[in-house]
Amino acid sequence: MSGRAQAMQVEGETSNLPFIYRQYEREQLLDALRKMHLIRRFEEGAEECYMRGLIHGTMHLSIGQEASAMGICMPLVNEDQITSTHRGHGHCIAKGAEVKRMFAEFFGKTTGYCAGRGGSMHIADVSTGNLGANGIVGGGLPIAVGAALTAKRLRTGKVVVCFFGDGANNEGAFHEALNMAAIWKLPVIFVCENNGYGMSTSTARSTAVANVADRAAAYSMPGVIVDGNVLSEVAEASHEAVERARRGDGPTLIECKTYRYRGHSKSDRNRYRTKDEIDDWMTNRDPIKRYEAQLIEFGIATSDELEAIRGSVQQEIDAGIEFAKASPMPSIDGLADNVYTLEA
Amino acid sequence: MNAPVREISYSQAIQEAMAIAMEADERVILMGEDIGVYGGAFQVTGDLVDRFGSDRVMDTPISELGGAGVAVGAAVTGLRPIFEFQFSDFAALAMEQIVNQAAKMRYMLGGAVSVPLVMRFPAGSGTGAAAQHSQSLEAWLGHVPGLKVIQPATPHDVKGMLLAAVADPDPVMIFEHKLLYKMKGPVPEGHYTVPLDKAEVRREGRDVSIVATSIMVHKALEAAEVLAGEGISAEVIDLRSIRPIDRETVIASVMKTSRLICVYEGVKTLGVGAEISAMIAESEAFDYLDAPILRLGGSETPIPYNPELEKAAVPQVPDIIDAARGLARGVR
Repeated sequence: MSGRAQAMQVEGETSNLPFIYRQYEREQLLDALRKMHLIRRFEEGAEECYMRGLIHGTMHLSIGQEASAMGICMPLVNEDQITSTHRGHGHCIAKGAEVKRMFAEFFGKTTGYCAGRGGSMHIADVSTGNLGANGIVGGGLPIAVGAALTAKRLRTGKVVVCFFGDGANNEGAFHEALNMAAIWKLPVIFVCENNGYGMSTSTARSTAVANVADRAAAYSMPGVIVDGNVLSEVAEASHEAVERARRGDGPTLIECKTYRYRGHSKSDRNRYRTKDEIDDWMTNRDPIKRYEAQLIEFGIATSDELEAIRGSVQQEIDAGIEFAKASPMPSIDGLADNVYTLEA
Repeated sequence: MNAPVREISYSQAIQEAMAIAMEADERVILMGEDIGVYGGAFQVTGDLVDRFGSDRVMDTPISELGGAGVAVGAAVTGLRPIFEFQFSDFAALAMEQIVNQAAKMRYMLGGAVSVPLVMRFPAGSGTGAAAQHSQSLEAWLGHVPGLKVIQPATPHDVKGMLLAAVADPDPVMIFEHKLLYKMKGPVPEGHYTVPLDKAEVRREGRDVSIVATSIMVHKALEAAEVLAGEGISAEVIDLRSIRPIDRETVIASVMKTSRLICVYEGVKTLGVGAEISAMIAESEAFDYLDAPILRLGGSETPIPYNPELEKAAVPQVPDIIDAARGLARGVR
């Protein structure tokens, strides 16, 4: 906080600044921007590799949702854990994973986080607390509650963040998980990244309440709605929820209203939304542009410094793709490795 | 130095195993519906809540999917949960977490995690509970790589296999036939384990191999006794585990007797018997067969309520005797 206060150009206005500028040092603020760029460039890079036939299968891109992933992870420490979704590349990077090992996984290589067995949809980095993306909508919700049960029972002090999309809020697992987290007062934060569509079906058509966060009332926990494209708003909600969880006061449901620029997956023809709608979000509400504008407005960084961050991100992405290309393929002999812990 | 052996029931043996595991390791917790003060629908957990407290003998809400998922998440992050389904039929509500998550997590993550989870499934017919509380669904889970699926048939085995399951780093599914809960048998005191991947020859014989699972082991032994009086020597193998299947024991037996009957309570088609039969057909034992392989399994129906119909829906001792007689005489 003190570091930030020094960076302020106008004395006495510190208290009026948005949350993150009061809470974090300049270095942390710039690191958050760097990771948001890293997420976007990673996904653009992965998409490009896919188009060129270097990556097979499919992938679900979160381009446009970077502030949600990053803002939620800002108050977390390495030991805290997350469960992620099929649209989980951002969560993975925000929690601290290395893009080179993520690229390697997408390329199906042994150096990938899952040794080439998981791919995009199961990307994980347990060493930074990411228990894994999930191919099943809502699949991670009860698992996060279980991780929080471990934290409480073994008194590890960890909190668990459970990312899920708006689609998952109509799965039974969502309701069962929130209920159990509440009755047992577990240190878990449920984060709904509401990008407006579960594949092609809008929340208006699929969900009986106006906001996913409204459902928190049914489970006696705070339900917080934030503009998921404003980093500070997301981080502030996360910070409060993390503190509440660490105090032992139980779970929180945060709804980040956001938008994905790309289709659901690689098969999407985008027939369920208009070009105007997409353009509006991209032009007027882009989370990275908005954050960069604030950093300049508040005198935290110059445009040259931002340009330097973008340059270094691009270098890391290029190096990551090269690392993935150069890494070895798994041997066919290893097909049955890790079905069980102790091989027969 | 052998531990003293007493006669206790199958359910007492399970309870004893759980208590020993919890005593030895504070990471072991029990989860399930009404397993606390109620003691479990079949009184298997009994009074364990008094001993270990409600934090470790956790009543879950009636949320099988969520509860199973919480157990998965707890297992991945450091606890050793033993999760009780009230009836194995309710596993249908939790298949997502069992099949898509618990079974695959280690593989999908390239070996970065293990899922040391035990799930217990009270299974089988014979209690008049009809179609939604009487099924034998072990073959469903036996089809899933990443799981281990066992069917202990005796109090001795269920205690030793449960203790082996708790110590195992991977998810172990235990199918417990409800009619076995009250069966008594010799059980050593204290800690011991029984391997999760070995069949057991319960009775040696020359003329026909009867490979049975769970309660059918006892029916097969009863049948073997009658057959012995007729001069037919039946070998009874308790399969004990359906994933993995102990190939060596079954193949060696068939090579000795040249005849095979599979007996299991699950629906006959696409079940455990099909797997055993195919395994023999593909093995060196095939050339030794003197007769076609027979399967005695559950009928192609839901389990009915009427007690006579209910009995007719699963193999009984006379069915096993008839099948063995036919095979021994060279007729089917």
